[in-house]
Amino acid sequence: MSEKPESVEVALFVTCLVDINRPSVGFAAVKLLEETGCRVVVPDTQTCCGQPAYNSGDRKSTQQIAAAVIKAFKGFKYVVAPSGSCAGMITKHYPELFKDDPDLLLDAQDLAARTYELVSFLKDVRGFKPEGVKLDAKITYHDSCANLREMKVVDQPRALMSHIEDLELVEADDREACCGFGGTFCIKYSEISEEMVDRKIDNILATKADMLAAGDLGCLMNIAGRLYRKGHNMKVLHIAEILAGMTDGPGLGEERR
Amino acid sequence: MQVTSRNFKEKASGALKDDDLRVALNRVKTGFTTARATAASNLPEFEDLRNKSRDIKDDVLENLDYYLEYFEEKVIAQGGHVHWCSNATEAKAAILKICREVDAKTVTKGKSMITEEIALNKFLAAEGIEPIETDLGEYIIQLADEPPSHIIGPAVHKTKEQVTELFYEHHQKYGYTEREEDAEKLVGEARAVLRHKYVTADVGITGANFLVAETGSTVIVTNEGNGDLTQSLPKTHIVVASLEKVIPTLEDVSTVMRVLARSATGQEMSVYTTFSTGPKRKSDIDGPENFHVVLLDGGRSEMLGTELEELLRCIRCGACMNHCPVYHAVGGHSYGWVYPGPIGAALNPQMVGLEEARHLPNASTFCGRCEEVCPVHIPIPKILRHWREKSFEQQIGPKPERWGIELWGFFAKRPTLYRLVTNIAAQALTKLAGRRGRLKSFPMLGGWTSVRDLPAPQGATFMEQWKKSKRGSRK
Repeated sequence: MSEKPESVEVALFVTCLVDINRPSVGFAAVKLLEETGCRVVVPDTQTCCGQPAYNSGDRKSTQQIAAAVIKAFKGFKYVVAPSGSCAGMITKHYPELFKDDPDLLLDAQDLAARTYELVSFLKDVRGFKPEGVKLDAKITYHDSCANLREMKVVDQPRALMSHIEDLELVEADDREACCGFGGTFCIKYSEISEEMVDRKIDNILATKADMLAAGDLGCLMNIAGRLYRKGHNMKVLHIAEILAGMTDGPGLGEERR
Repeated sequence: MQVTSRNFKEKASGALKDDDLRVALNRVKTGFTTARATAASNLPEFEDLRNKSRDIKDDVLENLDYYLEYFEEKVIAQGGHVHWCSNATEAKAAILKICREVDAKTVTKGKSMITEEIALNKFLAAEGIEPIETDLGEYIIQLADEPPSHIIGPAVHKTKEQVTELFYEHHQKYGYTEREEDAEKLVGEARAVLRHKYVTADVGITGANFLVAETGSTVIVTNEGNGDLTQSLPKTHIVVASLEKVIPTLEDVSTVMRVLARSATGQEMSVYTTFSTGPKRKSDIDGPENFHVVLLDGGRSEMLGTELEELLRCIRCGACMNHCPVYHAVGGHSYGWVYPGPIGAALNPQMVGLEEARHLPNASTFCGRCEEVCPVHIPIPKILRHWREKSFEQQIGPKPERWGIELWGFFAKRPTLYRLVTNIAAQALTKLAGRRGRLKSFPMLGGWTSVRDLPAPQGATFMEQWKKSKRGSRK
């Protein structure tokens, strides 16, 4: 890396789910970014990217929330989120949201051009490679729809995991299929979501992996919650925790020791 | 057909418990998706052809009036007739008038979604004219008195055992008194029964995959050859098609055809591609004496120039439903109107009203697979979101859902308050879950916990922990 350590400033977009449900993912992201020589800043006026309102048809609230995000992250060279879904919201949907507002459109496009999903940022922008990380486990990786189709973050997590000592990656069948989370969808249409997550779980269990990882906490909470409900015991972690070597604590929904 | 989109949730719930349907839908999920993927990867220029097909359809929509009049002129020049109909009532009246002119008693039909849209069969039957579906899938659901559940496989929800029972019930009058369980023999039985209908029918009605402006031809693609017999044996052929099926040239047809079958069934081409250009000429050996095209608007011209215009690119291949996880879960009938799956979810609110169809655009995770496989790049998730925004504006849908979003929005717009409330909530949930690490149930989150445990938070929020850490206080 040509840039000096601590010289690259990265603003972390924590995401609301990581903030509330799994702060360890945020700390793993900070650790990884710092390992690649970034100085991490966490703007304290951030809340959420606005997807709950956006996907519920509340365009006005979404625009207000998006405008606040744009303001909170103004001036940083890079903005990084440990989520394909939230990064996709900012990079693909913010510009569309302000297509009729010339001033904010420019700002939205500017932010979109500076925003990255964590794993692709580490790999593609920072040339990161985990070193000295060891994890003796058989793992399967779930592609969130946002990472798979919107952000095209598919090869990067696999490439980075390949540097982790003793880790064996086993791919599940039907990787293209959605897990059934879909934000408020999984609450409003819980029976349909149940069928979708059950098919996903069938394929995950068939790999005989002992761990599941993904780049989006929404999918992980859905899949982990269903795995436990059905009595399965599989350790479920965010990809940032795997890459940062922070795998000792309990996984999502796992009993505390 | 009877619109039942309002009951989407109830119908979906029933579909999820229907074991026969689960078997049938699993065939869609694995069969069609694999076939499409293979067909697409075997054709290096597939992506290029998708873009070209989209551009051809966009050009058509930009110049729809021009191409339609061009098409009409060519049909008339060949001795055919064109009937312009703005709605279902006019289309049915036009079809009935033609049938009456030739004193029709029976009508054979090729597969046509537009005739489903205008509910033609019930109408003809009420007028004393017997409609006979000749596409095997359509024939099966006609016997079962059900609407189609898929646009290219109307009876895809039926198992072989159910077809055995249907044929046993309806074919005894033709001398088939045994229950036939062999699939091939079932097809043979249907063929024999239908063969007689083809030759005695007074009128043949087909849809159209394309209306070619430069030649005045109508085009259908089928795999059974039933369309050819339907349109060439009776003395009168009526083509029923909607406006957006027009396409400028034969060259354009061949471009779009290359993505159509590949996207639909994974075939390079359908087995039969049939061009009809006017009635039988003196030198022709066979063909109909009368050739009519019933052109239906049916709400389409209203969509031009709006957020919905891109839906009119649709070539009805069915790829969106073949790849849709919600369709795989609930099947086509849950959608409650002619068009199921993602395309139906995007189109039906326009056709049957948003209040009636409000569930359809909401019952999606926005996974994006429909748009990814659409041969003409229709941005279906974007259009579903458009409907959600319309619902929100017009206050359609349950109030509590709206209140929930508004309450969340209230906090999300106030960072300091949001910090405080989320931190209290995270710590409370952590305590409540205790060593277990997850919650089995929680008030207000019944939709979540009815299906899954809720993985508990890890104590204070990230923002709170960060603020207290050394780095967090660094500016």
